[in-house]
Amino acid sequence: MSELIHKPAAELAALIAAGEVSSVEVTRAHLDRIAAVDQRVHAFLHVDAEGALAAAADVDARRADGAALGPLAGVPVAVKDVLTTKGVPTTCGSKILEGWRPPYDSTIVTRLRAAGLVILGKTNMDEFAMGSSTEYSAFGPTFNPWDLTRIPGGSGGGSAASLVAYEAPLAIGSDTGGSIRQPGAVTGTVGAKPTYGGTSRYGLVAFSSSLDTPGPCARTVLDAALLHAVIAGHDPADSTSIPAPVPPVVAAARQGATGDLSGVRIGVVREFGGEGAEPGVLAAVREGIEALVKLGAEPVEVSCPHFTYALPAYYLIAPSECSSNLARFDGVRYGLRVGDDGTRSLEEVMSLTREAGFGPEVKRRIMIGTYALSAGYYDAYYGQAQKVRTLITRDFTAAFEQVDVLVAPTTPFVAFPIGSRTSDPYQMYLADLFTIPSNLYGGPAVSVPCGLSEGLPVGLQIMAPTMADDRMYRVAAALETVVPAPVPPGL
Amino acid sequence: MSTMTVSYEDATARYEPVIGLETHVELGTRTKMFCGCPTEFGAEPNTHVCPVCLGLPGSLPVANRAAIEATIRIGLALNCTIASWCRFARKNYFYPDMPKNFQISQYDEPLCVDGWLDVLIDGQTVRVGIERVHLEEDTGKTLHLGGATGRIHGATESLVDYNRAGIPLVEIVTKPVPGTGARAPQVARAYVTELREVVRSLGVSDVRMEQGSMRCDVNTSLNRPGEPWGTRTETKNVNSLRSVERAVRSEILRQAALLDEGGRIVQETRHFHEDTGDTRPGRSKETATDYRYFPEPDLVPLAPDPAWVATLRAALPESPRARRDRLQAAWGLSDHDMQSVLNAGALALIETTVAAGTTPEAARKWWLGELSRVANETAADLGTLATPSQVAELQKLIDDGKLTDKLARTVLEGVVSGEGSPAEVMAARGLEVVSDTGALGAAVDEAIAANPDVAAKVRDGKVAAAGVIVGAVMKATRGQADAKTVRELVLARLTG
Repeated sequence: MSELIHKPAAELAALIAAGEVSSVEVTRAHLDRIAAVDQRVHAFLHVDAEGALAAAADVDARRADGAALGPLAGVPVAVKDVLTTKGVPTTCGSKILEGWRPPYDSTIVTRLRAAGLVILGKTNMDEFAMGSSTEYSAFGPTFNPWDLTRIPGGSGGGSAASLVAYEAPLAIGSDTGGSIRQPGAVTGTVGAKPTYGGTSRYGLVAFSSSLDTPGPCARTVLDAALLHAVIAGHDPADSTSIPAPVPPVVAAARQGATGDLSGVRIGVVREFGGEGAEPGVLAAVREGIEALVKLGAEPVEVSCPHFTYALPAYYLIAPSECSSNLARFDGVRYGLRVGDDGTRSLEEVMSLTREAGFGPEVKRRIMIGTYALSAGYYDAYYGQAQKVRTLITRDFTAAFEQVDVLVAPTTPFVAFPIGSRTSDPYQMYLADLFTIPSNLYGGPAVSVPCGLSEGLPVGLQIMAPTMADDRMYRVAAALETVVPAPVPPGL
Repeated sequence: MSTMTVSYEDATARYEPVIGLETHVELGTRTKMFCGCPTEFGAEPNTHVCPVCLGLPGSLPVANRAAIEATIRIGLALNCTIASWCRFARKNYFYPDMPKNFQISQYDEPLCVDGWLDVLIDGQTVRVGIERVHLEEDTGKTLHLGGATGRIHGATESLVDYNRAGIPLVEIVTKPVPGTGARAPQVARAYVTELREVVRSLGVSDVRMEQGSMRCDVNTSLNRPGEPWGTRTETKNVNSLRSVERAVRSEILRQAALLDEGGRIVQETRHFHEDTGDTRPGRSKETATDYRYFPEPDLVPLAPDPAWVATLRAALPESPRARRDRLQAAWGLSDHDMQSVLNAGALALIETTVAAGTTPEAARKWWLGELSRVANETAADLGTLATPSQVAELQKLIDDGKLTDKLARTVLEGVVSGEGSPAEVMAARGLEVVSDTGALGAAVDEAIAANPDVAAKVRDGKVAAAGVIVGAVMKATRGQADAKTVRELVLARLTG
């Protein structure tokens, strides 16, 4: 059993397809692992053992009937608790949604089920995906299996930790400012943010609608690409979904795995090469880039002068949208309701519910966003941030005229100790310094393991033009051939 | 509150009113604005709902193309420019009938802008400018229990029905309308009336004010001649055409009295009270006055294809005004007579009756006469009493000599009470004109025999006296004879 949980998803799928192992066995192995280690890791908020085993049995039955199965059929997957799952609790790491069981599946979950993937449960996250450490979960932090005193990144720390704890071979995350990539980097796993609009947001509980992007998390580049192919594609239920074919991400990952990058121009972002990052991180990234060059890639230094304004622009746009998106949590229709004792007004009940239901970081962002959208401040804050967003997009467009992909560190620092950055929000926000530009632009980006610093994983980020997700998978898979993912210590 | 009272004539002599109207029209699309739920009125509460119109976490809106098309058509009918690119925006405020606590609406980029609508007041045309026509989603409906007023304050329990949440709503905003003086209330009413006709002619809404599918807010301000416009108030809860007129009038009187006292008009939302006919300060339903509008990130911008807009423009129906002018000319009616037709709501009924072969005069006579009388007495909708084809059939029976006018009224009574078509009623009640000259002749002979003195007078040349004998014949035939025929028979016997 223990070897099953260490296998990549592609291999598990092949074993299941060949009948060498059943999906139920694979699923049970992972459920056993969760039972054994999740008390220490706390990657999951909800484990749906019954649902998972039923789904696995269904895949096995269909296989026995000779039905054609998808390339990941029967493989377990962990889903970030920000995606709705019909009848299964969906909390977004918030007290305000405690006990809510959505009456519908998100499009991503629908596609996972249709492809025969087995949903193990819902993973921990910073409340409403706001945070970079998973410490802002209302249900307690997730612990990084590399060092249980450290954070696993965030907001999708649960998904990333579940992979590196071998609780799940695949996971789904959502990336608004780096919530897939930064946890990927600090856990030594692969985390990809697809092109905005390339994966459906229907059923993804909104934090910042113009930035939120669901995407795949895995331990290998090929696994991430396979999962990407399952969940991506146009969805008429999401108006911002792109009506175009999914880029050939799996083929690109296989091409990259040949280790040949000749003819690929990689742009090294000058603004992200010096200040703000730990020396060990910068050194590992430099080595990663050198490895890419050895594989035939042509390095080009490019300047993206407005990237340095991405963080402040993001911290106006995302809170503005979140202040509106989170207004619906008022205790009237679902979730928590506080103070409804017959003596209080509706307004008081709404207010008490929100006071009790939201954590400090969520409240902070709602306040910032409410302020930024207020009459008299809109132009100076939200309006100005949108202009910066346009300038950042132009930086990307100009850079991609010279190069095929851009590379930079994923995050400035390795996994930090739990509690070390919660007292200063800005120190926490810096974790997303390098990931935010892609969100503002909308293009795809992936974090791929790139060695260690101080014994902890470092991620290299590869950014590509919109709807050219395949390019980043090619480069990431090539890097993987020479810089294999680090193996975490046993739990 | 002012204690002084002012006469309306005095008020409008001293102050010039400026009015403005915001009208909401619920579109009659099959499905809601951003989801596939049905829009039917009157379903069990909370049965026409889904994750999208309930605003459940994770749900996303998808714009209804039919609603966008209807809005563009309204814009075109109101002579607006259609935006080549525009966006939806979020209007943020907390209220339990709003599932998301924001309304998807349009803000600084409406779909249609800068149009006009002409209305006729006492034969004079007043052009009302249209500022904008935009598209938004309706809210749910709250029912407050336990309070004295049915309002949320003082209520012990509130129930929410989200069936209406997400129904497409078009908001039509006029530019300020100055210079109408004492006629301002009339202009307001005439505008809403005409707007209703326009929207109805497009077939995009049933525009029923009593069901709330058309709702109106009235803005009013007063200024002294030559001075800048005054502070305006917004009056809500104006739920009928009559109320539109009364609300403006009442607000003019209230503001004039206040200004006379040296008071200041406060910019506020007021509620019109149907029972008392006055406006009172409304408790603003939203707690925030700053809606924090921003472009709706869940929807892509709207860029109507100019070719599509051109197609819609070309396919617009005849405007209500052009239709009225055409029919008035065709029927040869005076302005006054035409107005009676319009007031009775009989235009389409008469038009269809005429199309079924009746003369305009006859059609008008039935619809404005007998049928309007019944409609008024029973407070029924004119169109529900009889169909134009029934009226046409009735008239044909008269023209064919099978019914007299008087008999026809009785037949119509039967038709109205649902006894069947005019021919069926006539047969069932045995009301056909007695045209059998043999039978009539016998009745005439009897009457002459019974009135020898009168018969003698007629024979002596006092023809006018024949009426007594005619009357006797009519009585004997229970009115089913044609009086003219009877008279001819009587005279033939006595003077022939």
